[in-house]
Amino acid sequence: MRVSVEEVFETVNMTLDHHFDIRTVTLGINLKDCIDRNFDKFSRRLQMRIVEKGRLLNKHAHLIEQKYGIPIINRRIAVTPASLLLEPLPRTATTAVKVAKSLDTAAKKAGIDFIGGFGAMVQKGMTASDENLIDAIPQALSRTDRVCGFLNLASTVAGINMNAVAKCGHILRELAKRSKNGIGCAKMAVFANVPEDNPFMAGAHHGIGEPDFSLNIGISGPGVVRNVVLQNPDCDLTQLSEVIKRTVFKITRAGELIGREMAKLMNVDFGIVDISLAPTTSAGDSVAEIVEAMGVKQMGLPGSTAALAMLVDAVKKGGAMASGNVGGLSGTFIPVSEDSGMIRAVKAGTLSLEKLEALTSVCSVGLDMFAVPGDTPAEVISSIIVDELAIGVINNKTTSVRVIPVPGKKYGDIVHFGGLLGSAPIMKVAKTASPKFIARRGRIPSPIQALRN
Amino acid sequence: MTKNKTSQICIMTVTGIDKVGIVAKLATVMAKANINIVDINQKIMEDYFVMTMAVDIVDATVDMENIKKRLDKAAEEMSLKITFQDENIFKAMHRI
Repeated sequence: MRVSVEEVFETVNMTLDHHFDIRTVTLGINLKDCIDRNFDKFSRRLQMRIVEKGRLLNKHAHLIEQKYGIPIINRRIAVTPASLLLEPLPRTATTAVKVAKSLDTAAKKAGIDFIGGFGAMVQKGMTASDENLIDAIPQALSRTDRVCGFLNLASTVAGINMNAVAKCGHILRELAKRSKNGIGCAKMAVFANVPEDNPFMAGAHHGIGEPDFSLNIGISGPGVVRNVVLQNPDCDLTQLSEVIKRTVFKITRAGELIGREMAKLMNVDFGIVDISLAPTTSAGDSVAEIVEAMGVKQMGLPGSTAALAMLVDAVKKGGAMASGNVGGLSGTFIPVSEDSGMIRAVKAGTLSLEKLEALTSVCSVGLDMFAVPGDTPAEVISSIIVDELAIGVINNKTTSVRVIPVPGKKYGDIVHFGGLLGSAPIMKVAKTASPKFIARRGRIPSPIQALRN
Repeated sequence: MTKNKTSQICIMTVTGIDKVGIVAKLATVMAKANINIVDINQKIMEDYFVMTMAVDIVDATVDMENIKKRLDKAAEEMSLKITFQDENIFKAMHRI
């Protein structure tokens, strides 16, 4: 049966009027077999593989975009965590920076805007190579343009590595200092329970349980969901949940079709569809505005957490029905700087850091893209991080922190990052938090929830 | 066209202010690229002239990118909004 005119126009309007797009096609690339004790040999192999596959990714993304008429906004690459690649190499900051630069060069040659994976899994402990990588992060990310970093600092099974958490406070401050408006920190996310197949930056990497290549898709449609919520102003919440589910089903199916076909064309495994709602600063393409369309006066006010919880649940139900390969983060992003409704809420004073933290307990993906004063002490940054990680660890979910301590700015100032990264009001944070708690180091043991065998 | 031959159906949508020659113009663009029209639907939706046209591009003499370029030109000349997409995207989204 041929599709009806109404169905055709529903799809067409989603892309033309409500910002429906494929946010990212991310190719995961295994680099373990490129490892060598000789840096030059390693770098050559890495370059060859990334440039070849990156160009292929761009070519096919363009063809698919033409064929289906759905914009594919970003084409990205995620690689094996760099700390593994660094293991046999000299343990110096210079070497770690050289690896980052090699990844950066490869991404540029391939025409790829971001390459993820400069990071380490350190939830339980750090190898000497891991520590070397972490110490080199400020240099590596400030001296490259397209490399993104991640650290998994905690998991439900391992607990929280407080040595690494304490270190991160200093590392992030240092990274911020080395880049204009602290923007380097937008390329660095720290996690609890990081997924190995997440297609979204900054946390994307190609985990060790992955095949040689894997194509992952991140769909996005806050604008589409907001539109259907607006079209149903009077229905009860059970019905509203149904409406959201049906819409997310449709956009997930589009993602699944495009992902499968691209993977087939590129002759690589199809990985997952990440159904996260990912906002942009375009008018209407906002998760905060969905919550507001549901009936909350402004994001952050009482009611926001419940509305967001219901939204995320409906998104998951619709997405899971549409694709057997839902994975990655698959929650809802609520980045402050990249969502016009979130920015408005912070400016209006309805959304504080504390409420943002509460919101992240019901959605993914954590405290994302929020700016704090540049003179925020390292222990306060570490304290914010560990609170967020604890939510992830105890609730068996992914949480992350992407904080930008903006040098020279204070509470109430606005910082403009430009482009997709948007702008952010500097949020209020404590001048001191838990210095002694952070200084104790060690590991917060894995919670009782971990004992499930 | 023989029955066993594979086909690649695309759906064109056209919206804009009604005027003489829209169908003729677009049909010409298709014919010049050796694209067979298999179905046409026309309706008034939300005060707009809207049309969908199903076409088979399996024997087309130009690729998708060039078909779209030609349609963009026609759209500009006649002040229309035209989209052109493979039918499978609609099937995926609207059929279980």
